[in-house]
Amino acid sequence: MSTSDKKPLPEDVVGTTGHSWDGIEELNNPLPRWWLWSFYACIAFALIYVVLYPAVPLKSGATPGLLGHSTRAEVAREIERFHEANADLVARLIEADLDPEVIRADPDLYNYAVQGGAAVFRTWCAQCHGSGAAGVQAAGYPSLLDDDWLWGGALEDIYTTVTHGIRNEDDPDARWSQMPAFGVDELLTQEEIGQVVHYVRKISGQEHDAALASDGEEVFLYNCASCHMDDGTGDRYQGAPNLTDAIWLYGGSVETLTETVFYSRFGVMPSHQERLSEADRRAVATYVHQLGGGE
Amino acid sequence: MWDYVKIAVYGVIAVCAAIAASYARDFAYQVHALIVMLVAAGLFLWTVRRTGDPKPVPDTGYMDDVVRAGVIATAFWGVIGFAAGTFIASQLAFPWLNFEWAQGYLNFGRLRPLHTSAVIFAFGGNALIATSFYVVQRTSAARLWGGNAAWFVFWGYQLFIVLAATGYVLGATQSKEYAEPEWYVDIWLTIIWVVYLAIFLGTIFRRKEPHIYVANWFYLSFIVTVAMLHIVNNLSIPVSIFGSKSVQVFAGVQDAMIQWWYGHNAVGFFLTAGFLGMMYYFVPKQAERPVYSYKLSIIHFWALIFLYIWAGPHHLHYTALPDWASTLGMVFSIMLWMPSWGGMINGLMTLSGAWDKLRTDPVIRMMVVAVGFYGMSTFEGPMMSIKAVNSLSHYTDWTIGHVHSGALGWNGMITFGALYFLAPRLWGKERLYSNALVSWHFWLATIGIVLYAASMWVSGIMEGLMWREVDAQGFLVNSFADTVDAKFPMYVVRAIGGGLYVLGGLIMCFNIWKTATSAPARQPARVAAPAE
Repeated sequence: MSTSDKKPLPEDVVGTTGHSWDGIEELNNPLPRWWLWSFYACIAFALIYVVLYPAVPLKSGATPGLLGHSTRAEVAREIERFHEANADLVARLIEADLDPEVIRADPDLYNYAVQGGAAVFRTWCAQCHGSGAAGVQAAGYPSLLDDDWLWGGALEDIYTTVTHGIRNEDDPDARWSQMPAFGVDELLTQEEIGQVVHYVRKISGQEHDAALASDGEEVFLYNCASCHMDDGTGDRYQGAPNLTDAIWLYGGSVETLTETVFYSRFGVMPSHQERLSEADRRAVATYVHQLGGGE
Repeated sequence: MWDYVKIAVYGVIAVCAAIAASYARDFAYQVHALIVMLVAAGLFLWTVRRTGDPKPVPDTGYMDDVVRAGVIATAFWGVIGFAAGTFIASQLAFPWLNFEWAQGYLNFGRLRPLHTSAVIFAFGGNALIATSFYVVQRTSAARLWGGNAAWFVFWGYQLFIVLAATGYVLGATQSKEYAEPEWYVDIWLTIIWVVYLAIFLGTIFRRKEPHIYVANWFYLSFIVTVAMLHIVNNLSIPVSIFGSKSVQVFAGVQDAMIQWWYGHNAVGFFLTAGFLGMMYYFVPKQAERPVYSYKLSIIHFWALIFLYIWAGPHHLHYTALPDWASTLGMVFSIMLWMPSWGGMINGLMTLSGAWDKLRTDPVIRMMVVAVGFYGMSTFEGPMMSIKAVNSLSHYTDWTIGHVHSGALGWNGMITFGALYFLAPRLWGKERLYSNALVSWHFWLATIGIVLYAASMWVSGIMEGLMWREVDAQGFLVNSFADTVDAKFPMYVVRAIGGGLYVLGGLIMCFNIWKTATSAPARQPARVAAPAE
């Protein structure tokens, strides 16, 4: 390419400002037209947007804008839209028999119950039972994932527990039972408590002192069997746990069992009759039922 | 006399730091007090040994020693920051890299602020300080004002970086993005920054040129605004003067708004205005062409600094922030588009008449790609500030990709270009050690950025779509863990991109090292500098 083919260099056309810093000069080119008009267009867009949408903060609130837009109202509308769309499902859930087979037979209804129940669970139940429903043994919050149920694992049983709660003063229909504090109330001596603890460890298949355990059998039959049954398998009508399996509400070590027998336990679950709608209670019961241990 | 004052001050600081270390209420504070004590004691001994020595005759030329130190620090912290980023990117892809033995020190949560601060403040900050010292002297034809104050700023800033970085690893943090260092580190940075401003202004005041060059407008706006942002966002009350913890004076959504006013303008004034100052000097120098348009530089400078400061609320769309503030942030971001592009036009068009240099000069190529990425990310930014786009992009990897195409593409590449320009001149060499290695660096970095940005676009948009997907009854279809699982391949690609970028950085360090030590010396003596 010969030099004569080249376009003239810009400085030959517009000249420079005449300044020079360390050899750097500046050309006098005008603002590019397309740049300037795009800038104006952006400003025009901004002005129009400010008129249409909430924008200018004033003494008692911001200008609402001609469109009356509000992000909070937008969310409320969106939620309302789904409420309306799901109204029929809610009605069907309330009317349905509390039988997992019936609910499962209707795929839309089942999805609504499980997904909606999961949302209810995360809001109302996860604080104690954990977001994954595994419970917290140290605090006596039972796991809802296994098939060991204190008060019954049929859908109807779970629904009743959720609705009325356990050992609370607010709901006359709350499930209720109370284990005596054998140590505090001096129903058993320290020695007898030691014996019965080893007996419980024996029937649950754990390491135990054979001599203490054999003495403990009699203590158990006189004091514990009325609720936990002669064979220690528990009684769901009284919320008395099964003591022969490896699942423990508070723990199966000698220390924890001794504490349980000495002081007793008094786990409480609130009533949800007032807190949750009928549909929400049915939904969360369905969700819990399908976690793994439902009967 | 001055030496005795210094000895006394260093001694007092060392003793106070020793007392603070023994009363320390937490480990991070204790370590920091010990670092300060050792530094002060070292300076004490150094000054004692030199007291009474004959003073060297003051230099009258340009003060370039501190710029040389700045170039080394920039390259050093750059590689550290890139490597930290690549490591945490790998931790996201392969969680076992959060080693059990290093929990609470080197897990992702501790290293992430280390990475962001290392690249923004250690790499970017040193690049800005070093280049501003170089540029303001050349374009004012004056030696830096304040004598050794420039060294105070340089070493003081390195101490700030060490205190910030060790604080993160040891768990001292305000939990404010890009403003994590605790109260005493903030106070120290404020002192350094005020001295930095004084040096810069002092040098401009003694300039021999009638006008102030455009690069200096940008540098000055960067220094002044960062001072304001830093002070307001870090207003907090220490729980104890012997502990690192402090309590913010703002609360709730106001605290969030102040934080993102700061955070967005850290991008606007630290990473944009400051680096535009760099571009306005190094691009015309390297291209040996005049700046394209003086008018454009005036208009886009004032528009940029006026509009940028209002755009922060776009970081808080769809939160507790009132709708009007959201609108404000969005419209100012959109108006900011063209002022940002003014800098790109001025940078690219400066090359008109010298486009052939793209073929022969890899340094120019680096600068052009930097300006290109600047243009791309300053278009992407206003687009992402639009509420409808933001509802998809917010909280996703798209944001991370956007930040990195700006940081790696614009800030990184323009800094590399400036360092390649400076190295031969500062060490009195005829040329760089190897242009071929610059080309290698260019391609590794460019491919690295493309892998990074592309993988984050894909992963961000996928993630946003998965999060918002609901079934016919309005329930979420995906759990959060589903999206994490789906992002795995993109995380691997991102880490590979980062690895290429680190490799390029290492090649640059080698090239600069060889330039300083074994490139042929420049033949005629250095260009005469103005006398004091």
